[in-house]
Amino acid sequence: MKPSSRPALALLRGLALAGLAACGAAQASGEVSLYTTREPGLIQPLIESFSKQSGIKVNTVFVKDGLIERVKAEGDKSPADVLMTVDIGNLLDLVEAGVTRPVRSAALDSAIPANLRGADGGWYALSLRDRVLYVEKDLDLEAFTYESLADPRWKGKVCIRSGQHPYNTALIAAMIAHDGAEATEKWLRGVKANLARKAAGGDRDVARDILGGICDIGLANAYYVGHMKNAQPGTDARKWGDAIKVVRPTFANEKSGGTHVNISGAAVARHAPNQDNALKLLEYLVSDEAQSLYARANYEYPVKSGVKLDAVVESFGPLKVDPLPLTEIAKHRKQASELVDKVGFDN
Amino acid sequence: MGGPPAGLPRMTSRVHALSLRLPVRAEGGAGWLLAATLIALAVLAPVAALAWAASGGSLAHWSHLAEFVLPGALANTALLLAGVGVVVTLLGTGAAWLVTACDFPTRRTLTWALLLPLAVPTYIVAFAYLDLLHPIGPVQGTIRALLGYDSPRQFRLPDLRSLGGAVFVLGFVLYPYVYLSTRVMFMTQAASLLEAARTLGTGRLGVFWRVALPLARPAIAVGLSLALLETLNDIGASEFLGVQTLTVSVYTTWVTRTDLAGAAQIALTMLVFVVALILLERHGRRRQRYANAQRMRPMPPRRLGGGMAALAAILGWIPVVVGFGAPALYLLAETVKRLHRVGGVSDALLAGAANTLAIATAATVVTLAAGLAVAWAGRTLRESSRLPAGRACARVASLGYALPGTVLAIGLLVPYALLDDALNTLWHAVAGVAPGLIVMGSGVGLVLAYAIRFLAISTGAVEAGLARVPASLEQASRLLGESASGTLRRVHLPLLRPALAAASLLVFVDAMKELPATLLLRPMNFDTLATWLYAEAARGTYEEGAVAALAIVAAGLLPVILLARTQLKIGH
Repeated sequence: MKPSSRPALALLRGLALAGLAACGAAQASGEVSLYTTREPGLIQPLIESFSKQSGIKVNTVFVKDGLIERVKAEGDKSPADVLMTVDIGNLLDLVEAGVTRPVRSAALDSAIPANLRGADGGWYALSLRDRVLYVEKDLDLEAFTYESLADPRWKGKVCIRSGQHPYNTALIAAMIAHDGAEATEKWLRGVKANLARKAAGGDRDVARDILGGICDIGLANAYYVGHMKNAQPGTDARKWGDAIKVVRPTFANEKSGGTHVNISGAAVARHAPNQDNALKLLEYLVSDEAQSLYARANYEYPVKSGVKLDAVVESFGPLKVDPLPLTEIAKHRKQASELVDKVGFDN
Repeated sequence: MGGPPAGLPRMTSRVHALSLRLPVRAEGGAGWLLAATLIALAVLAPVAALAWAASGGSLAHWSHLAEFVLPGALANTALLLAGVGVVVTLLGTGAAWLVTACDFPTRRTLTWALLLPLAVPTYIVAFAYLDLLHPIGPVQGTIRALLGYDSPRQFRLPDLRSLGGAVFVLGFVLYPYVYLSTRVMFMTQAASLLEAARTLGTGRLGVFWRVALPLARPAIAVGLSLALLETLNDIGASEFLGVQTLTVSVYTTWVTRTDLAGAAQIALTMLVFVVALILLERHGRRRQRYANAQRMRPMPPRRLGGGMAALAAILGWIPVVVGFGAPALYLLAETVKRLHRVGGVSDALLAGAANTLAIATAATVVTLAAGLAVAWAGRTLRESSRLPAGRACARVASLGYALPGTVLAIGLLVPYALLDDALNTLWHAVAGVAPGLIVMGSGVGLVLAYAIRFLAISTGAVEAGLARVPASLEQASRLLGESASGTLRRVHLPLLRPALAAASLLVFVDAMKELPATLLLRPMNFDTLATWLYAEAARGTYEEGAVAALAIVAAGLLPVILLARTQLKIGH
């Protein structure tokens, strides 16, 4: 035992020291620490270009679940400066949990439309992500409403990820806001009856399963299509992307007539040790350059108007955003999740 | 640090006779008990934090759960556990008996190859099989070509995303737990017992059913409970394959409905049932004693010939091919196909590999030391009706394994924060500056989390090892004036070496594969292979994902082969 444990202990000690150094260094100037639930690969190009321009080093940790719990537990010693996540519900949760602080900046206010940021500057949307219909490429289908996904015509033809995923609960919440809980429950039962396979996996699996002949249509986020159709020829992703086309559905509800859109966004952490740099990072993320990276590298929809889109995303046609306020979606999210349980959507 | 002192085995029987008249107290040294108590308290800390969180929530969601979630989730969980239980028991016990009782070509290689699935995390196997068996994957493509169909729309096999698919994947990955414990038991069973049965006219199959299997029951139970706990706590594979288990509903309640209190309530309720089941299983075999401490002479395997040998070899290799060969080869092929696109292995991946090795090594050392302390404090020299304090600590120490990794990590956040507060206060008093987050800001929190999670493995292994050391050895050592710690060092540690080696390798491999706790508790700018792979998969770029998956498998291979060598060489 003994001889072999010594190098291991040394390793442990080294690791602890390195960790200490890292968290001590984060408080020095010239740095900013980012806690994100977004996959690092997606934001890496943005971070690199920010660091290059500003000379500010960005420390990151990618936390999938439990961002709130972690920042809360770290309390006033938390090194986090910026908290970044997807889905309006998750973003508002951060604000409600008291782990953020409001910040104001003319650059942020002029770049982001008022409905895409907290009234007091508590949170800011950075990109838009529309939930669209992937359609088998040869299928004759040009227009679609979310409601018609429950049409028995599509029995055994529909693929979708877990109903409990935030992308889906947000959509269901929007439908509750538009059509009421009763109609939404009936709709969910109809969609469930149309499923070709279990509601599981990810959004890209919809394209893969359409190629595999398991289904003909399915709901998923639009930017994945940008990734897949822009992938190098011969890769699996490209094959999946080439098997589908995109139709932007709208809500049948007359007040809406638009496509469901969710956001990715960020907020400044309540105990941010580098608040100025945090604000600089946020301002950079809505600059023309960063917004164009969101559009051309991530294929998301920029929050800032006038930024050029990727050609694939451009080909989906103009995006008419559902005018429902995002806060309405967040309000009905819990009810949406309970409806998913009630109709046994994922069973 | 050699083997047992020469002449000791011969002494055993005389000392044993002596012990009948001269009872020696088992509990040696209050220090050991104190250490065990501290370790048990550390394991209880996250459970207490969860209980605190649970008590703060309302109970309103239980009516919703009872009506719409629990019936399905309970049924799914029960069916999944039953299915995986049957598969791992059949594969593990069957394979162990096959390589013990029969000799056929490739048997020696097979003996260690059967452990290989341990190197692959369940979520990676699920991932690989979904690709392999997808309508556009190689298997169905070949079938279509053979049958003359040219589109998956004309002919498809049933989808893997189902309860059956999850049983298949988890069963073929987790059977080595049963195989390992059962194989060691089969090898060390006194051949004389089996020979006696044969002499009394029992056939070879009869020996298996009536002698070997009943004797191996505790070993099967140990392996089975590890496999079932892994199944119960699995989120990755179950969620990926669309199986709504109880653990998935804990997760949904917490993440989708932002109801940590509610999630903690469900998780703790599950924990109560798990603990009850474990205690019941132990209670069921409390009176069973096994005469396995004598000098072991392994049963000579029967040489098979011709068709029988071929059949045995084919049957024996199936679990290896399904649980390891096919997914690993698939990952290798994908990596080779993609290597030129990603331009070789990135620095981030290398850094991830280094981090993984460092953190898994540190966790192994801590887990093993803690397991040794707990098991030693809880050892018994004689059967006793009361539960000694040391044994209670050992049971508590195993709780971490019964909690899903994410839940454990959430439970650890608050104790870590309290610890950091205390350290800062102390540091400030001494040095005048507050250092910030020490536990949570460094890898220390992660190492402790792994230790708490995997303590069940090391404690269990050391306990099992101690049970094989005749009580008379310690009695003799103590009678001759050696202290409890001295006895541990000079008598037991040398005898425990195989058990310790096995435990350290299992813990190392498990720590390396760990994902959910790592994601939440790691410091900034710190990725392991598992978190890195997860990030790649979440982004949907499989390009480097396959490389990371293969790296995890490759890094797990060496410890698994070492494990096989230390564990299974007895009897060769």
